[in-house]
Amino acid sequence: MNPRTLPYLLLLPATFFLVAFFLYPFFLVAWQAFATDEGVLTSKYFVKMYKHWKFDKALTNTFLLVLAVVPVQLALSLLMATMVSKMQKGRDMILYIWTIPLGISDLAAGLIWLAIFEQTGFLNSFLFNIGAIDSQITFLGYQNKTVIFLAVMIAEVWRATAIMLVILVAGIGLIPKEYYEAAEVFGASRWKQFTRVTLPLLKPSLQTALILRVILAFEVFAVVVALGGTNLPILMGEIYKWQFELQDSHVAAAYALVILAISIAFTLFFMWLLRTPREAQL
Amino acid sequence: MNMAVGSQGGFQPGKSLRRAWFILITVVLCLWVLLPIYLLFSNAFSTSSGVSAFPKGIVPPFSTESVGFFFRYSGVGKAFWSSIQVAVLTMIMSILIGAPAGYSLSRFDFRGKNLFRILILMTRAFPLPLLALPMAVMFIRVGLDDTILGLALVHTTLALPFAVLITYSLFSGIPIELEEAAWTLGCNRIQAFRKVIFPLVLPGITASAIFAFVISWNEVFAAAVLTIEHRTLPAFILQSLGVAPLHLKFAGGAVLVLPALIFIFLVRKYLFAMWGIANR
Amino acid sequence: MAEIRIKQVAKSFGKFQALDSIDLTIADQEFMVLLGASGCGKTTLLRIVAGLETATTGEVWIGDKRVDRLSPKDRNIAMVFQNYAVFPHLTVFENIAFGLRMAKIDNNEIEKRVKRTAELMHIEQLLQRYSGQLSGGQRQRVAVARALAMEPEVILMDEPLSNLDALLRMEMRAELKSILAESNTTTIYVTHDQVEAMSMADRISIMNQGKIVQAANPTEVYRNPAARFVGSFIGNPPMNFLPATRAANGRWSVAGSEIDGPTSDESTLEFAIRPEDLTVGDGPLSATVKVVEPLGPHILASCLVAGELFRVILENGSNVQSGDTLKIKPIADRIRWFHPENQLAV
Repeated sequence: MNPRTLPYLLLLPATFFLVAFFLYPFFLVAWQAFATDEGVLTSKYFVKMYKHWKFDKALTNTFLLVLAVVPVQLALSLLMATMVSKMQKGRDMILYIWTIPLGISDLAAGLIWLAIFEQTGFLNSFLFNIGAIDSQITFLGYQNKTVIFLAVMIAEVWRATAIMLVILVAGIGLIPKEYYEAAEVFGASRWKQFTRVTLPLLKPSLQTALILRVILAFEVFAVVVALGGTNLPILMGEIYKWQFELQDSHVAAAYALVILAISIAFTLFFMWLLRTPREAQL
Repeated sequence: MNMAVGSQGGFQPGKSLRRAWFILITVVLCLWVLLPIYLLFSNAFSTSSGVSAFPKGIVPPFSTESVGFFFRYSGVGKAFWSSIQVAVLTMIMSILIGAPAGYSLSRFDFRGKNLFRILILMTRAFPLPLLALPMAVMFIRVGLDDTILGLALVHTTLALPFAVLITYSLFSGIPIELEEAAWTLGCNRIQAFRKVIFPLVLPGITASAIFAFVISWNEVFAAAVLTIEHRTLPAFILQSLGVAPLHLKFAGGAVLVLPALIFIFLVRKYLFAMWGIANR
Repeated sequence: MAEIRIKQVAKSFGKFQALDSIDLTIADQEFMVLLGASGCGKTTLLRIVAGLETATTGEVWIGDKRVDRLSPKDRNIAMVFQNYAVFPHLTVFENIAFGLRMAKIDNNEIEKRVKRTAELMHIEQLLQRYSGQLSGGQRQRVAVARALAMEPEVILMDEPLSNLDALLRMEMRAELKSILAESNTTTIYVTHDQVEAMSMADRISIMNQGKIVQAANPTEVYRNPAARFVGSFIGNPPMNFLPATRAANGRWSVAGSEIDGPTSDESTLEFAIRPEDLTVGDGPLSATVKVVEPLGPHILASCLVAGELFRVILENGSNVQSGDTLKIKPIADRIRWFHPENQLAV
């Protein structure tokens, strides 16, 4: 085997696979959004999407959800990651517990929180048992959009903080302990150590975590369906509806391009916001 | 100077108070994660009347009625089997395709290496479940629509970047000298891989296979878009959400969660290998 | 017969020239040390002989076989790595047997050879252990045993002792030397430690910036450095150097005094002398003592002679203090001269 061609040979299957099932389909989805079945270029699917009464709501809801969820997750995962880095005893155990939601699908997470929020659920039971309410409250009814939104938000924070936690814990692990000792010798308080040592050195990890998390947040789907049915329109839900119920894959593709554009925009934004010059990397 | 004296003294009110807070927050956060899961399971392992009873105690009556009913519910058995088939196929494909790429990235410097890394990182910046849309069209054309293989191909696209990254870090963790030593002791590349590298990476490869399994097992959107006859379990539950009674939903949720819990426990050591290098 | 001939071997990584046309012949059963600072190309040269690296140009011969296009397994070599490269998933026994099994030697013979080499390396009681249960020194022994068990014509060693602590290194040095002397193999041994090189080698090849500066036996290298670099690299402390200009009478003016030297057309040369080749008391050089370091067996005084750093080794008990001025006389037949431009010995 020639050592010059071997690396390419080994990469070939993966490259072929990604081109065939990742790059090419994205080209296809763009084509589907812009061209009719006869291959005529058109913007009518975008117009159709835009004119539909749920588009605005879906877009707004999704954005609001991301804006509500991601900052909370960022703060929570930073707290958890710094706590983990300070632990000695039981570190692995705690870390396992905190990363459990990583293995739980959004559908399952939706069902988990459904058990809490539904009419005969645990939240109602708890409130009733402590005497805060006299009868069951319908938290997830269509007249209670704000509560549905809150429930989805809580379920999302619960489910998807773990992925940020894992990235940040890995990132903190890369920061040499000596930096903290040096900071301490120079009299930096814990808070100062966190803002002046941890945060700047964690920038690459924060970047990865935020990009990944924001993209996944725009794909939120099954949690919302499980908790709110169709009462809380979101982008992925609309795609599913157009693809299946309305049987118009062109409009679904147009929606997909909207999500894609948002995802790319956010990726570029975070790459710019949290850039680290090469010389300043760990 | 005060601090230095304080840290050597025995009694430190400030420090033990901080410790108490630390433990309290840790416990609260553990409960935050565990309690909802417990509640789902307590619902799942209950009776249909127990689920709709009000008000509920924290320990409802234990019964396998709901779970039993769930598995007898029409279509569940088939969906369960489909889920397993898709997940196993995904697992095999992503490792067979991903591991050689990971090895190549870890062992060689070559032109175009960065291009491939960018391709892998790009998959992170794209909402992958959306691939299901064009795939639906493409699969109809090639006769893969509504098949186990078709869905597994899409799930492999989701799992492949992880497989590449984790195997890359696994192989990088094995000193190249071990391989070189094998070469000087009479092995060719393939023999050295089989006798030295493979036994050493096997646990890690298993972990990344399990991870691929979980990715496929949990995926809802593409599964729901691409399958009708061969619905996977999540897709089946999603479809039934509107019609199924409550206790059935919870039983389904529990069946979805349980394997994931076990799998994450098995691969916990490797979660960091996967994300640690993603920063580079 | 396993004479190793390296013919005009060059290696470049991109624009970086790691090796620049190396010619070197290592006699059968010779112990050759490649010595140099890190980045000088010594490890690259070793890896080219091993087949782990491909030379950009040039040929490598082992015995009468040209090997530079062969893969490592076909070169009849064995190698000991800096980090030992003991396989962690195999027992010590299986590690030593690894190469023999690849060579399809029968089990009885393998057993015999493993036992023999294990005894030779004093690790016979460790045969059932795994690498994780061994100390650094023991792993080192396993790595050497694994190479010896192959009974190769050539053993290549890449800084095999550099990860051991000082005492262990000294012990292993002597042991390795005697074992390899009895084993009839040709050895190439890479190190950056000059004491290791001096004590073990039949010949030392001193490398600098991808070139071999001098290849000779240890005494020759120490006494008659072929280039200024060798003098400044070998010896601890290294040689002293002072600029010299030709005086009218054919003698050389060094730090204001006239000293007999070679006949040369050059108007300037460099005067060199080892710190221990000096007598103190009455002499032509006057040195101002800056720092005095009692080292145990002797005292090292760092001085200035005509503004240049100049080290002198003094006998124990001499009562020299910083600020003193010493009158120094170089031992005449120990003085060496180097050309100012090409830096070679004159």
